[in-house]
Amino acid sequence: MTVVSIKQVRAGEDLSHAVEEVVVQKAIHEPVAAEKPVASEAKDKLINIKAGLEFFAKRILPPLLGLLVFAMIWGFIAQRSENLPGPIKTWASAVELFSDPFYDNGPNDKGIGWNILNSLERVGMGFGLAALIGIPLGFMIGRFAFFSGMTSPIISLLRPVSPLAWLPIGLLVFKEAQPAAIWVIFISSIWPMIINTAVGVSKVPQDYMNVARVLNLSEWKIFTKILFPAVLPYMMTGVRLAIGVAWLVIVAAEMLTGGVGIGFWVWDEWNNLNVEHIIIAIFVVGIIGLLLEQALLLVAKRFEY
Amino acid sequence: MNKYVQVEKVQMVFETKKGKFVALKDIDLGIDQGEFISIIGHSGCGKSTLLNLVAGLIDATGGALFCAGREISGPGPDRAVVFQNHSLLPWLTCFDNVHLAVERVFGRKEDKASLKKRTKEALVLVGLEHAMHKLPHEISGGMKQRVGIARALSMQPKVLLLDEPFGALDALTRAHLQDELMRIVAALGSTAIMVTHDVDEAVLLSDRIVMMTNGPSATIGEILEVNLPRPRDRLALAEDANYVHLRGEVLKFLYARHKKEAA
Repeated sequence: MTVVSIKQVRAGEDLSHAVEEVVVQKAIHEPVAAEKPVASEAKDKLINIKAGLEFFAKRILPPLLGLLVFAMIWGFIAQRSENLPGPIKTWASAVELFSDPFYDNGPNDKGIGWNILNSLERVGMGFGLAALIGIPLGFMIGRFAFFSGMTSPIISLLRPVSPLAWLPIGLLVFKEAQPAAIWVIFISSIWPMIINTAVGVSKVPQDYMNVARVLNLSEWKIFTKILFPAVLPYMMTGVRLAIGVAWLVIVAAEMLTGGVGIGFWVWDEWNNLNVEHIIIAIFVVGIIGLLLEQALLLVAKRFEY
Repeated sequence: MNKYVQVEKVQMVFETKKGKFVALKDIDLGIDQGEFISIIGHSGCGKSTLLNLVAGLIDATGGALFCAGREISGPGPDRAVVFQNHSLLPWLTCFDNVHLAVERVFGRKEDKASLKKRTKEALVLVGLEHAMHKLPHEISGGMKQRVGIARALSMQPKVLLLDEPFGALDALTRAHLQDELMRIVAALGSTAIMVTHDVDEAVLLSDRIVMMTNGPSATIGEILEVNLPRPRDRLALAEDANYVHLRGEVLKFLYARHKKEAA
């Protein structure tokens, strides 16, 4: 039970932080309020505190509580299990791990930072190639019915295939682990980009196409002035889904191909029976996936009309 | 024969899942240069179809259409369309929306400065020079439709085609834009065909009103000459006996002779 009670204290600390934040916020507002009559100043203060509390109750409290419950369940299970480390032990291990993320003791023992960067590089290569080919392909499929007819049976057939089923083909063709892993990322992340782009093209409002027809625009002008901007939001959705898939697949691909990378690192730590590190890896993969998604959401927001 | 816009024995049949649907048949219409024609009728009478045929957006299944002596075989900037829902590209500013059209029509012959000048002139014509660099979603519905009109006019079309151009606007904005359109068309001497379901709009703006029978197999029922002198003033006309008479004629056609059962 110690684990749980310590966790509760920690959560208590978090609460006090949030209260401090409210106080700071109030302090920032004070100079403005000072110019007003005293009565309204007190009123403003009250409103500020009220707004701060409301913000806390609505936006900060629920996720905090959720994390707390999660940690409690985790701690509870860990206590009953022989091998599963609890949150505290994992946290301590993470602090140690991230204190020196970029050490290099030869190819099989590198810091967590190197592993993450290597995985990101593979994902970037595979995903980048997939975007380079998938997005133009999506445009062609959406624009030309004949081409769509040609490609749709192939896409329908290949899309549901599990990403890792492509690994042997990659190993066979490239005769090396590194390009094979990139190939798996490529093939698994290309489909959302092709399909979303093609759907986007087919959803371009007929009104816009009528404008293009009345103006007799060239195919290039239609592409740059109408198709591309109209499809961009759909395309960005495809890109976002694709990067999600790519990041999802990288762990499995690296487990099989080896080398430096977060997936292989997980496998390595399993062989070392270092379960804390495996749990840390799960969080790292989750957090990086979340950051990638949020970054792309931010980019996508820029293209809404 | 040999009118500026000539529609001869035009028929339009759509293939639908339930078989053939005859939208229009036996349409004969000649329009002089500089004439303003309204097409009016109940919804589903194929008036927009007729306009799309002149625009070249759809191909007639029978008969032939000519514009300035040449057969219409597809859409083109010589027959500019003002669409009902403005159809501005939302990612381009008002200026760029018009410039796209100007560039397409005059880009080969003229330099950049003169293309810009043309674009600006078109926007000035509709009174929108102050909103030139705004995006469509930043301006009102009436302003958007003005940009649509500016875009169409900037191409210096042989015929201006208007598909219920003010249908989506509130009554006050509509009246204002009707007056603007009247002024612009008079100044430029444009030939125009306008689809409308607004009787007052048709009488106020047109030289002739083409009244369509109900579909399917819709055709031209009657053509009414509007012999009101120009320039026309909506306030003066409201009391004008001739105006009231013409308005009554259109209403009689629509609601007595070709009454449509409520859908």
